[in-house]
Amino acid sequence: MSALHRKLIRDLIHMRGQLFAVTLVLACGIATYVTMRSSFFSLEAAQFDYYSQFRFGDVFTHLKRAPESLAAAITAIPGVAAVQTRVLMDVTLDVPGLDEPATGRLISIPERRAPMLNDLFLRQGRYIEPGQRGEVLISEAFASANRLGVGDSLDAVLNGKWERLHIVGIALSPEFIYEIRPSEVFPDNRRFGVLWMSRDVLGPAFNMEGAFNDVVISLTHGASEREVISRLDQLLDRYGCLGAYGRQDQISFRFLTDELEELRVYGSILPTLFLCIVAFLLNVLLSRLVGTQRGQVAVLKAFGYTNWEIGLHYLQLALVAVTAGTLAGIGAGLWLASSLIKIYERYFHFPALQLHIDAPLILTAVAIAAGSACLGAVSAVRRAVALAPAEAMRPEPPATFRPGLLERIGLRALLTPASRMIVRNLDRRRWRAVFSSLAVALSIAIVVSGRYAMDAVDRLVSIQFHTVQREDVTVVFQEPRSAHVRFELAQLAGVLRVEPFREIPVRLRLGHRWRLIAVLGLLPDAELRRPIDSQLHPLTLPADGLVLNTKLAEILGARPGDILTVEVLEGARPVLQIPLVSLADEPVGLGAYMDLSALHRLMREGDTISGAYMKVDPAIAPRLYSVLKRIPAISGVSVREAMLASFWKTFGESMGVSTAFLVGFASVIAFGVVYNGARIALSERGNELASLRVLGLTRAEITRILLGEQGLLTIAAIPAGFALGFALSLLLSRFFSRDLFRLPLVVNAGTYAFAALVVFAAAIFSGLVVARRLRHMDLTAVLKSRE
Amino acid sequence: MPPPQPAAPRTPDPPPPPAAAVFHIQGVTKVYRMGDVQVHALRGVDLDLYAGEFVVVLGPSGSGKSTLLNILGGLDVPTSGEVHYLDHNLTAAGDAALTRFRREHVGFVFQFYNLIPSLTALENVALVTEIAEHPMDPAAALRLVDLGDRLNHFPAQLSGGEQQRVAIARAVAKRPEVLLCDEPTGALDYTTGKLVLEVLERVNREVGTIVAIITHNAAIAGMADRVVRMSSGMVAGIQRNVKKISPSELSW
Ligand SMILES: Nc1ncnc2c1ncn2[C@@H]1O[C@H](COP(=O)(O)OP(=O)(O)OP(=O)(O)O)[C@@H](O)[C@H]1O
Ligand SMILES: [Mg+2]
Repeated sequence: MSALHRKLIRDLIHMRGQLFAVTLVLACGIATYVTMRSSFFSLEAAQFDYYSQFRFGDVFTHLKRAPESLAAAITAIPGVAAVQTRVLMDVTLDVPGLDEPATGRLISIPERRAPMLNDLFLRQGRYIEPGQRGEVLISEAFASANRLGVGDSLDAVLNGKWERLHIVGIALSPEFIYEIRPSEVFPDNRRFGVLWMSRDVLGPAFNMEGAFNDVVISLTHGASEREVISRLDQLLDRYGCLGAYGRQDQISFRFLTDELEELRVYGSILPTLFLCIVAFLLNVLLSRLVGTQRGQVAVLKAFGYTNWEIGLHYLQLALVAVTAGTLAGIGAGLWLASSLIKIYERYFHFPALQLHIDAPLILTAVAIAAGSACLGAVSAVRRAVALAPAEAMRPEPPATFRPGLLERIGLRALLTPASRMIVRNLDRRRWRAVFSSLAVALSIAIVVSGRYAMDAVDRLVSIQFHTVQREDVTVVFQEPRSAHVRFELAQLAGVLRVEPFREIPVRLRLGHRWRLIAVLGLLPDAELRRPIDSQLHPLTLPADGLVLNTKLAEILGARPGDILTVEVLEGARPVLQIPLVSLADEPVGLGAYMDLSALHRLMREGDTISGAYMKVDPAIAPRLYSVLKRIPAISGVSVREAMLASFWKTFGESMGVSTAFLVGFASVIAFGVVYNGARIALSERGNELASLRVLGLTRAEITRILLGEQGLLTIAAIPAGFALGFALSLLLSRFFSRDLFRLPLVVNAGTYAFAALVVFAAAIFSGLVVARRLRHMDLTAVLKSRE
Repeated sequence: MPPPQPAAPRTPDPPPPPAAAVFHIQGVTKVYRMGDVQVHALRGVDLDLYAGEFVVVLGPSGSGKSTLLNILGGLDVPTSGEVHYLDHNLTAAGDAALTRFRREHVGFVFQFYNLIPSLTALENVALVTEIAEHPMDPAAALRLVDLGDRLNHFPAQLSGGEQQRVAIARAVAKRPEVLLCDEPTGALDYTTGKLVLEVLERVNREVGTIVAIITHNAAIAGMADRVVRMSSGMVAGIQRNVKKISPSELSW
């Protein structure tokens, strides 16, 4: 080993604390990068494989009833590659062990297994057998949420009659990677599930023999989705088509794609922040090192070491930290990614979700690490290289100080000599102080924005489920019913209040923009379901005209006063012109509302309703549920509390995990910055502090001088961190303004306090670690040294 | 006391023919610019150094001694004038060429030793022998300065004089053609200073290295072949000692 390498090793050992701090921050940056990127690639690859191997459709539509012969006409549409006609029905299920009724989405499959669009992956059991009437396959998510297995059975209402269904297999479909009841935001796999059964059984049960009510289409390569959709709408118009849509509007696809986008954005922002801090820390560290080793650099130069050799020597120091950080980061990243994948497995149901790691990903991580290190090291190393040897032989000229800003504006009298030292020191290295403070602020911001997600979801739930949707139970009828059913419902034991609603599927148009949506007709004095305005006040529905929520209005580019074209997709399918009267502002979904009787007038129909919202007496709710289960006319029952509970369970857990990580990351940054800052201060001012000790100051006093600087920086970082955290949260709320849900911008005081606390704890910890060194300060050695 | 100067020289130049000059510098000036103030550190210096010579440079503080030595050693370049080392023209040399020149031909000893604190005595010497072409064994170099038993001590574990001897070993170990020492005894006491001087004299005598020493201590001039006196950035006079005194006989 060469002597220069020995020097390298001893310098490394000498600076191990600081290098470790840098390594830790770097490792975090690389770990977040590897975690997010590999999760992203894993999900993306799983999605791609699943969709292509199991032939996920491109265009979908639902209709009232069409003869099977129409399939040929659909196939003939230019651009259509394959057509899968199906019978699809939502029915009430009685699941063993579940009080509330569950909703089953029954989907027909060919009696004999044949390749189809949205093909099934059979996890367990077998395919249905021809001629066996009661055999079904059920979705894996539903099966595991209810602990159902092959051989178990459950009851379903098939066209008014109870039938026992026997589970022969557990299956998955690319259609239901995210398995959620339509029009809901949170999955509740206990109370909503998909069941596949023979078309020969399902068809006759719902009067669909030789007919279908659902179509899945795949497109030829290069076909125009828009074109096919409009041809399909034309073709199926007479058959009660609810409007064709592409993958973008398919719920499962949309959720997954949104999640991927989120991973992609987080996966580039977080690592970037970390690596900027790494560059900064390395820069300060190496600059200081080159500063203290001026004389050594000069000697090396005097004896003929080349600039290249000297530059490389200092670069190697950074390289060691970077290599260690990168390796640790990659390792931690892979481990984290595999846990993240496990969390994803709860939400997204794939036949197989494997961690996808490849060389390019790892190489990119290495390149990014090396890049940030170079960014940080280069200016310091260049300074070492550029030192003129004759110049470097002289000790560094004494630092020039001047009265700090505080003193200049006349506060001198307020400052003790010790605090004057602190202030002047900060003032002298102004930019370093600013960056240090910013880095600490950033770590506060990371915690704030991490907790913001929790605050926002909390708020979202409270707005949506305590202000907008206040019903305990929603029942949906198989077919629209006469309004007097509401009185029958009100008669049921345990029902406290019933509010009917009418839901009409429409295509809402303004200019060239359109959107498929259900217009919800509500009673003007409704209490259970009330659209709200942006101030969260319940909105009184106008006697005429539409109310849209802001997101839907934004999608259509509509403003109050605009006349919207409403193409009704039900009954006589009239095309109406209805003014947009006002805007509602709930955080979940897209919404269009009308006064119930106004809606009836427009539809030229009598007093019909699609379902009802109910308030129930919790004490006798279970009995009510079992009664509801038995009413054949009801196709779906959803229970708000149960859905929320299941949501909080999964979401709460994953939120807890991600908060823990963000707190960890933020602490690492705060620790790294404060520790390094204090160590640098100690190295720059060791002599000064030793002299003060010799002059009789106590250790506590010089500790205060040393750490006061970092303390001041940390305190200054708090308001900046809050502001930055709020800005980040704002960015996130913008980013999470989706069709499916929108995060409100609320940051609770508790979140700020928590963030400040975390970072303060990290800062105090690092300060104590450095202060311990003062105890071992060798006064004579420091005073002897030439510097 | 320097011995009396011989009778006024008949020839203005020193006796040996210019052809034998190893260093040849002519009209060298060095101007430092600090803001609008110009410091003339050297104002036209002519000097030749010959093979095997032992030269002592004397002069008051600020007279340009260190500046001259730095230029000779290729640590710095003159503002104007010519610097030649054998057939190398150092005047026009760039940074890479100067580095190679230092690496191959020059050894330095500095007033403040400038050892690498994180390396032991042996390693400090090895640092230089590793990049030299015909170096001595580092341990042998340390034995030459009587530090054979302190090989594995770190600078912080050595006294000032010992550190300076390590610095000399480090400079000598590469077998340079020229050894440039800036106040090598400046920080040392009387006995240690003499010890260091003896080492330098031995290297000069045994290896034939050109040795140039800067000092404030006029007494040291006695051991030189020639004494160069500097004042205000110029060579005020060059004096040749007829009889060299061995360092052990020096006293101050
Ligand atoms: N880098 C520099 N910038 C400005 N002035 C300089 C620089 N280096 C040297 N000088 C000036 O040049 C003059 C000669 O300096 P030099 O170091 O050569 O003197 P010296 O003879 O070695 O003095 P001493 O015996 O005190 O070491 C001095 O006036 C000094 O202030
Ligand atoms: Mg000098």
